Amino acid sequence: MTSLKLFAWVTLLAPLAGTIALGLLGRRLTGRAPGYLGTAALAVSFASAIAALFALQDLAEDERQVVAVAWDYASTVGVDAQLSLLVDPLSVFMMLIVAGVSMLIHLYSISYMASDRGYTRFFAYLNFFVFSMLLLVLAGNFLVLIIGWAFVGAASYLLISFWYRRATATRAGIKAFVINVLGDVGLVLGTFFIFRHTGTLDFLGTFERAGEAFAGNSADLTAGLILVLVGAFAKSAQIPLHTWLPDAMEGPTPVSALIHAATMVTAGVYLIARMHPLFELAPTAADVGAVIGCLTLLVAGTIAIAVTDLKRVIAYSTMSQIGYMIMGVSAGAYAAGLFHLMTHAFFKALLFMAAGSVIAAMAGQQNLDRMGGFRRAMPFTFGCMLIGGLALAAVPPFSGFFSKDEIMLLVGDRGGWYWILYVAGYVGALLTGVYAFRMIFRAFLGEPVAEARELEQGHLHHAEVHTNPATGEEEDSDVGFPGAEHHIAEREPTMKIAMGVLALLAIFGGLVQVPHVTHVVDGFLEPTFHDSALYERHPSDSLISLGVVLGTVAGVLGIAIAYLVWVRNPGLSGRVRERLAALHKLFVNKWFFDELIDALVVRPSRWFGSFAQQTFERVVVNGVLVGGTTGVVKAGSSAVRAAQTGFLRYYAALVVVGMVLMAFYFLVST
Amino acid sequence: MDIGWYLTVSALIFAIGAAGVLTRRSPLVILLCIELMLNAANLALIAFARMHGDPDGQIFAIIVMVVAACEVTIGLGIIVAMHRRRLPINVDELRELQG
Repeated sequence: MTSLKLFAWVTLLAPLAGTIALGLLGRRLTGRAPGYLGTAALAVSFASAIAALFALQDLAEDERQVVAVAWDYASTVGVDAQLSLLVDPLSVFMMLIVAGVSMLIHLYSISYMASDRGYTRFFAYLNFFVFSMLLLVLAGNFLVLIIGWAFVGAASYLLISFWYRRATATRAGIKAFVINVLGDVGLVLGTFFIFRHTGTLDFLGTFERAGEAFAGNSADLTAGLILVLVGAFAKSAQIPLHTWLPDAMEGPTPVSALIHAATMVTAGVYLIARMHPLFELAPTAADVGAVIGCLTLLVAGTIAIAVTDLKRVIAYSTMSQIGYMIMGVSAGAYAAGLFHLMTHAFFKALLFMAAGSVIAAMAGQQNLDRMGGFRRAMPFTFGCMLIGGLALAAVPPFSGFFSKDEIMLLVGDRGGWYWILYVAGYVGALLTGVYAFRMIFRAFLGEPVAEARELEQGHLHHAEVHTNPATGEEEDSDVGFPGAEHHIAEREPTMKIAMGVLALLAIFGGLVQVPHVTHVVDGFLEPTFHDSALYERHPSDSLISLGVVLGTVAGVLGIAIAYLVWVRNPGLSGRVRERLAALHKLFVNKWFFDELIDALVVRPSRWFGSFAQQTFERVVVNGVLVGGTTGVVKAGSSAVRAAQTGFLRYYAALVVVGMVLMAFYFLVST
Repeated sequence: MDIGWYLTVSALIFAIGAAGVLTRRSPLVILLCIELMLNAANLALIAFARMHGDPDGQIFAIIVMVVAACEVTIGLGIIVAMHRRRLPINVDELRELQG
């Protein structure tokens, strides 16, 4: 058991050591050394995670929830705040995914960010992010969870506004951070609601006491869990707190791959899975989660078929897939949701990496309208994107099929009104196929654009004037802006290795949980979820078959539609857009959520701010409080000052008068 | 003789001195009036000393005279300084030390 704790600590602290080393030694390292250092730290972390896996499996099944405590923060009355890690199958599962995928993304970034002047800073931030995420998933009590949660938000801000001289990037970073802080508030308040009844912050303790503390259908628990869900939705970019995710694509592509595909946005899913005993005691809250997850997957899918920025298509895809995961874990399909988390990490990171390669070939341009025909110029990238797309569209036997299928199976098995979510899920799967292959066909098939033709001749397109891809503003390539050179996968071995590994995982990763055949994920996570009423469910064979058929049909049909619209009949998409202009406008404007939030939240806040400054600050505080106090003091002192005339005889008269009064007093009093 | 007479004289001289301090404008005259007040007090002290047969009052009167002498020295020094700087020798006009 001690070796398990040791491995857990090493996994957690290796990235932190990496950050500190990069921060201190950064100046002295040249070339790609910082990249290798950062990746080495992650490699140590991943190796330790694997060792932790073996150590965990060595323990007996009912001993697999180990708490490792470092020190007490505060043992005051009523609050047991310690720095404790909970090492159990769920956290080891998340640890492996986070450390593993992060390591591959670090590897990719060694080449991708090579010409950026902020290279060392990038790896320091990336390592810090991994440390925060590991802290979050290893947390053993609410306090450490909240700390990890906040750190992850801060790391996300640092990385989104990495190119800090770009106005669009800093604005996106602030937007992400503000929405995340809103989620933090929800999480902390929710924790308080729960803590008030259970009296302990420790996870295992809370889950044990949850039964008696929240007898019946407790309103407090439901309220607390809905607040916790606010936190989960903010972090996982679910409606209505999702507006930060597409803007977060302002960050470099490895950041999008790591944070906004594989790890940070999955924190909400992890949270719901971790708190499953509480969610099972408050089914209303779980239902809220399922409904929002379903809503998100549909809305995000519709937006993804309309937007034209390559990275934003993938971002909305992420939002949609996380919607599946949230729907899954809220409906009780814990293993399925986490399985989809794993496969999604693989194929989404792969898709982002491939997109990064394409964007590099376009010298920083991200607009799909300007891309086309890269198939011959970038065969490796095309292959990876194709694999990622097939996995995303859930075509068997790729990994995405098995995981998504499992979620839908268990959602349908719940019955009742969950059938609506079931249908919606398959509609979403159809949309997924459409937008995934729209993206691939538009970027890789068709007539090669100028950049693609250049690349076929062997020359990577290089922009003479660097511009912000979103606004067209001119930039230089100094610190705070992207580097002058771009790196594509075909030319960089580290990028190829990273993408290759993820491609293999995207193809074969699903085979660990094939219905009726293998149950690796289910079995592994069993000790964490043994207290769940919804875990051991065996859906009927007919439902399984129905799921397989529907899933395959939805995915393949989506691809076929994309093929017809964007490859066979090139003018068709334009005509459809004209016919359904209103619908297209709704989708392209992201369902006007940004405008809605602007009207509901931003404008009132601004009005309140200017009111506070113009009226309250100037009139009340400066005028009345500060001015009034000084005015009173001034008036008083000028009254007193009138006695200092400087007139000698006046002073002498006062002395005499005083003396006479004293004499009278003594005379009279006797 | 009755002590009352001596005290009355002392009080009268004191009052005259006080009135002089309050009404005269020249610092030299004010110093003179202060001397008057001090001597009035001396008179009272000696009268009481004679009444009680106690020499303490007379000793105290001598001390008062010493103090008066020192104070007049300083006061005259200030007046000479004022004259040297061509300041008006008039307490009404010297009022810069005010609030």
